[in-house]
Amino acid sequence: MWQALHEELAGQGFTCIAIALDSGGPAKTEQWIRAARPTYPCLIDERHLTAELYGIVNVPMGVWIDETGRIVRPAETAATSDAFRRHLDRTTKQMSADGLAERERVRAAYLSALRDWAARGPASAYALSEEQARQRLPVPSEEHARAAASFRLGQYLSARGHGQTAGPYLADARRLHPESWSYRRQTWELEEPGKAGSAEFWAAVDALGDRPYYPPARFPR
Amino acid sequence: MSVTVLYQAHPPHLSAAVAEGEDLWVPTSELPAASGWELRPEGVCRGEVCVPIPRDRQGEFLREGPARFNLAALARLLGQPVIHEDAHGVWSFGESAAQRTSTPSLQAPDFALPDLDSHVHRLADYRGRKVFLVFWASW
Repeated sequence: MWQALHEELAGQGFTCIAIALDSGGPAKTEQWIRAARPTYPCLIDERHLTAELYGIVNVPMGVWIDETGRIVRPAETAATSDAFRRHLDRTTKQMSADGLAERERVRAAYLSALRDWAARGPASAYALSEEQARQRLPVPSEEHARAAASFRLGQYLSARGHGQTAGPYLADARRLHPESWSYRRQTWELEEPGKAGSAEFWAAVDALGDRPYYPPARFPR
Repeated sequence: MSVTVLYQAHPPHLSAAVAEGEDLWVPTSELPAASGWELRPEGVCRGEVCVPIPRDRQGEFLREGPARFNLAALARLLGQPVIHEDAHGVWSFGESAAQRTSTPSLQAPDFALPDLDSHVHRLADYRGRKVFLVFWASW
């Protein structure tokens, strides 16, 4: 879907840049990237460095950056919703009609916001003022910094075949930054392929109760 | 035995450092490659930022003349988390307290990442365009 948007808006000085937060590197991401036949950059961040820089805690999330390099919308959920929690059959992986409709509504709203910003720049109601944007910037805590250092250590060991040794460091990253679904799912996947979508994942999602898995992007009404 | 230094976003650096308990003595000549810091007369510096080495703690930071620098002592001074795994000799350094708590900047932090063809892209290459960064993953 990003390819179509990129093509539509490239003439207005707009570009998508996709970043895969994926320690699996090209081996895991290549098939998805090739299938999208992208004309925009699709980059691979095996060490999740940009997640730390921008406060990314789940995927998909988006950040909007203007022509001068200023962030006009900090990290937020991009074009998706919690519809899957209510409308997805966990066995068949099929979404109900209501779920599909909700997903499409959220996606359309996000794309239309991006189009508005591409056309109108700072005059767009979706481009936040400096004050608003600053308030929404994620502020990392000491635990988050420790989680990142621990994740990088675990990821490095894991990539070199020391999975057993890596385990406690990956677990520490999850424990110290529990809001980060990226750490949870990536570290589970490093421990055991497929674990990111396993019963353990669903139990963690269910444990959220009324709290969102994907906090909705906060758009003006 | 050599030590791998994982210093924030720097590429992993294989160092002739000596690890002793909670201290990591890195050859001073390797500091820039390992961490971006370098030793100058005014202290240890990275770009515009210089941190003076406390006068009464010189021995905690420097030894063998100035030939070795204790990167872990600097981390303690700056409030950086340090995590090390001794069996494989890997040391990971996180973001300092000042980096985390300074007035948040809206300037988008630059990065350099490869695409599938190993071509490296920097965010700064796209200055002058509106950029929509979208994060995804296969997991």
